[in-house]
Amino acid sequence: MATDSVKDVVLSPVFKNNPIALQVLGICSALAVTNSMSVSLVMGLAVIAVTAFSSMFVSLIRNHIPSSIRIIVQMTIIASLVIVVDQVLRAYAYEMSKQLSVFVGLIITNCIVMGRAEAYAMQNGPVMSFLDGVGNGLGYAVILLIVGFVRELLGSGSVFGLTILPTVQNGGWYVPNGLMLLPPSAFFVIGLFIWVLRWFNPEQIEKTEYRIVANSKAKIKETANV
Amino acid sequence: MASNNSIKKTLIVALSLCVVCSVVVSSAAVVLKPKQVQNQELDRKSNILQVTQLYKPGDDVEEKYAELITPRVVDLKTGEYSDDLDPNSYDQFDAARDPATSRTLSGEDDIAGIGRQENYSTVYLVGDPNDPEQIVMPIRGQGLWGLMEGFLSVRGDGNTIVGLSYYDQSETPGLGGEVDNPRWKAKWDGKKIYESGDFQDPQIQLVKGGASGEYEVDALSGASLTSRGVTNMLRFWLSDEGYAPYLARFHDDSQGGA
Repeated sequence: MATDSVKDVVLSPVFKNNPIALQVLGICSALAVTNSMSVSLVMGLAVIAVTAFSSMFVSLIRNHIPSSIRIIVQMTIIASLVIVVDQVLRAYAYEMSKQLSVFVGLIITNCIVMGRAEAYAMQNGPVMSFLDGVGNGLGYAVILLIVGFVRELLGSGSVFGLTILPTVQNGGWYVPNGLMLLPPSAFFVIGLFIWVLRWFNPEQIEKTEYRIVANSKAKIKETANV
Repeated sequence: MASNNSIKKTLIVALSLCVVCSVVVSSAAVVLKPKQVQNQELDRKSNILQVTQLYKPGDDVEEKYAELITPRVVDLKTGEYSDDLDPNSYDQFDAARDPATSRTLSGEDDIAGIGRQENYSTVYLVGDPNDPEQIVMPIRGQGLWGLMEGFLSVRGDGNTIVGLSYYDQSETPGLGGEVDNPRWKAKWDGKKIYESGDFQDPQIQLVKGGASGEYEVDALSGASLTSRGVTNMLRFWLSDEGYAPYLARFHDDSQGGA
């Protein structure tokens, strides 16, 4: 682990070991905030900041954290950072913070942040931990932007608020797909994205854990008594 | 590592972490507070200006607001201005929560679904405060998913709508959320509230399948419950329970030539 190169640490979480697509962490917020590109972008930046700094601070004091309270120590650091990010957004990006509302606060419960603190920052130096946080935040942000792009384009006919497909409500021709504006559509988009990703990186496909085989007669006899 | 797990070390780490984190969090909150309050003010002012349709993109919100708008506090029961309450500091949402400055609405009266209503409300007068061009009134009520808060602007006759806009709503995007669509909002301009200016019974409503006449506005397609919420909230706030006594003054004023 200590021999990881900077490039690997930052870039591998983006496509090879993506926290959403491969580890399937942090799905909940990815569903809620991806109905427009600009909101996705701000949310992505907020998560990058929180993951990077929380990993760095956890790593800085990792040799002093008693193992009995390490989770709560990590949570305290993460929670403080999330509050700071929320306050900064409210002061400097008020419109955005209104749209993100509770979801910035809910970064606290984002499994990616805590996962990296526990899995990487507790064993590695502050600089590498910071970069690892940036990389994983970036992996999250990239997925958010991709999902946001699909949802905003098909749901509102625009990208970053600029009209691409003029919708019927505004006198155009495009009938927007209402499902795309609702959170469940993010499931479909993320699912399709994971499929595409594994098509290019077949090594990401998990081994089949079991295979259904034809019943043998003996087996039927055994279970018949139950 | 073993020494890390001693009770003493655990307590020291926990305590110092708490102190550091609370200092960081509270200083961030205190330092950024003025900026946040300013943002909220600016947001409120730009919402008020937008409903009057006098605001164009690129205008300076503060400047335009100071030039055009005079806030006043109105006693909803009598329709008289109150001089006891300072319109710049009076917060009607706080007042609505306090039993001393609000009243409980029960079942049938509470068509807007707001539960409690404040006794005094802030209104924003556009132009000359004694003979305003427009009157902007805050309204709120239940939509489909939650409370919708917005502003309604009427002309100086107290009976002709200029615009209705919501600054906070959580309706279904693409259906009820279309209350934010500028094309829909434009339909309110010029609609009338009270029949023959009696200031008793608000007639304005949303109707499905093509509005006709000056008391009707097209309902939002695919959003019956949001549309019903909007109608109910207008009916409530424009009735005797809401701004009707206040708006009647403008009718009388224009008749009496005062």
